[in-house]
Amino acid sequence: MSDAIRRMKDLPSTHLLGTGTAMCAGCGGLITLHEIYDVLGTKTVFVNAAGCMTLLAVYPFTPFRGSWLYTAMASAPAGAQGVRDALDILIKKGRLAPEEDLTAVALTGDGAAYGMGLSATSAAIDRNLDFLYLCYDNEGYGNTGQQYSPATPHAAQTATSRGSRGYPGYKKDLFTIWAAHRPAYVATVIGAEPLDLAKKIEKAKALKGPRLILALAPCPPGWEFDPQDSIEIGRLAVKTGVWPLKEYVDGKVVHTHVPHPRLPVEKYLEKQGRFRHLFEPTRNEALLKEIQTAVDQYWAEIEHG
Amino acid sequence: MLTAAAAAAATGVRVFTATSSQGLLYAMEMLYTVSGWRAPFVLVNVSRGLASPITLESDHNDLLAARDSGFLQIVCATGQEVLDSVLMAYRLGEDARVRLPVLVNLDGFTLSFTREPVELPTPEAVAQFLPAFDPENIRFRASKPVSQAVAVLGGGPYSYFRYEIHLAAEQALAVHAEVVQEFAQRFGRDYGVLECYRSDDAELVFFMIGAFATKAKDAVDRLREAGEKVGLVRPRLLRPYPAGAMRAALAGKRAIAVIDQNLSMGKGGVLHSELASVLYGDKRAPPIVASFIGGLGGRDISAEEFYEITATLKQAIASGETPPPRLLYTETELRQVRKLQAIAMVERNELGDKR
Ligand SMILES: Cc1ncc(C[n+]2csc(CCOP(=O)(O)OP(=O)(O)O)c2C)c(N)n1
Ligand code: SF4
Ligand SMILES: [Mg+2]
Repeated sequence: MSDAIRRMKDLPSTHLLGTGTAMCAGCGGLITLHEIYDVLGTKTVFVNAAGCMTLLAVYPFTPFRGSWLYTAMASAPAGAQGVRDALDILIKKGRLAPEEDLTAVALTGDGAAYGMGLSATSAAIDRNLDFLYLCYDNEGYGNTGQQYSPATPHAAQTATSRGSRGYPGYKKDLFTIWAAHRPAYVATVIGAEPLDLAKKIEKAKALKGPRLILALAPCPPGWEFDPQDSIEIGRLAVKTGVWPLKEYVDGKVVHTHVPHPRLPVEKYLEKQGRFRHLFEPTRNEALLKEIQTAVDQYWAEIEHG
Repeated sequence: MLTAAAAAAATGVRVFTATSSQGLLYAMEMLYTVSGWRAPFVLVNVSRGLASPITLESDHNDLLAARDSGFLQIVCATGQEVLDSVLMAYRLGEDARVRLPVLVNLDGFTLSFTREPVELPTPEAVAQFLPAFDPENIRFRASKPVSQAVAVLGGGPYSYFRYEIHLAAEQALAVHAEVVQEFAQRFGRDYGVLECYRSDDAELVFFMIGAFATKAKDAVDRLREAGEKVGLVRPRLLRPYPAGAMRAALAGKRAIAVIDQNLSMGKGGVLHSELASVLYGDKRAPPIVASFIGGLGGRDISAEEFYEITATLKQAIASGETPPPRLLYTETELRQVRKLQAIAMVERNELGDKR
């Protein structure tokens, strides 16, 4: 990947990840993984935590041309640590040629990344582990039927927040939690914006140390929408300002795209069954306003400092 | 920590790691997970009583919680044995017929917080016994991509891989025999799957694991002086389970006292159940296999208690009836706990809470 990615036509035209996996049609997580893998390449070992993507590699098949190790729900960063340390030792002792080296990539859902894997993650960043953490955030425990997770947005209905007000909590700010650890790199991405994504993966790839790629991953069954709308919903997440595209590098947060003018969040919410209760049987003006205000406040702080 | 150790092993380096009681239980999900990776490494566990109540001293419920994890398990009784077992554990786990992680256990406090002379072998001698490990196909490499520990669908492939772990663990029995023999030749210390102490001509046998077995040895000597035909059998290898060696060592004995430093709530001693399961139906099995629980949370097992156990076995032989399981506890201990409770009550009353 010697030439820098600047335009859409610079994006890789060959796809590295095999097809025919067990993911749902329109899976935003899988779209993101495809795009990321194309840029990262096969000199990688994906260290996976329990979640939907665990079913990518089902014996005796794997879509990965590089390597893969499944661990458990809370310990992917620890697995990445072991692989990284072992490769370093082997190279240092001359038992492994440097060109045989691999990038350790933790691949987990939001349940692991925002929740039970956070302790292992924090510890890995403390140790300045040279790894990439890829979180596909479908805003719930997708694999087990979309129960809410710490990444579930306010008011979303999930299998465990079925009431008329949806999930009472607020989405945890994992980007800021990571940034507070002062790692090498943190970025939000979305599969629907492949150029922004590819540029960030390229940048992350060139850095060393702990790096997070946090991808919003529209999930047709979990968010209740038609699989063909997956990309459109992703774009709306950006255009409405719900999913800011940004990066943290060298101690500073930079927004890589500032949506202007911003569409009303309703445009994003109304396309998803998990928010239908905000519109039917009657509009819940108070909750809609609360959600819009939170987004407006976020961008007001960004735009006016 | 355990995941990192195992992932490093799966990448092709030799790994050592250690934990203790609560840490072992915290890692329980990964113990079961990483044994299936078939990447050998050695884990030392300092066994300690488990919460609740939280405590610091030795007890074997922790390692028995890992009993079915797929780790091979060696339980030591002395500092020297810990050192020697760690060396042998690498040979055992790394053998191509086995390829499993090994847990080497030592008793908290009794062995971890005390000192005793230990003979250290020279690095050269160790290197000859334990040359560098060639992990062969256990690796992650750019030129040799591999997907490891992948999911399976359905019970067919799942059972296949689980059976593979079980069969490999069983193979470890033969490998263990080779390894201890070579170790004895090189270092002059001979370890079997069992330590049998004055048990050959014994009629009554104490059967127990860990450091408290050294107290049993002392009791055996004293009882022998008093004319009792008593011996000790101490399993060193818990997984794989050396059933054949146990049947042979106990064949023709009149009574066995299994002393469990663990308690399966609502059932009793784990080692007792395990031993009974392999003796049942064996023609030469001892007619009496009695169960005693002792040493929980480091509670001492005194010489007097070994004498009392002996007396109980003799009564059982005379009556032909196996005694009910006994929880070792003395009047004095009970009085002491009552005293603590009385103090707690006084304190509570003084604080004005008269519930
Ligand atoms: C310790 C533990 N608890 C629960 C599970 C069951 N489980 C498997 S996947 C999953 C959901 C994970 O959610 P997330 O990380 O968001 O990934 P997603 O399923 O959404 O892809 C759960 C709860 C598990 N494997 N391990
Ligand atoms: S449930 Fe959602 S995240 Fe999981 S495979 Fe299906 S679309 Fe993808
Ligand atoms: Mg999820």
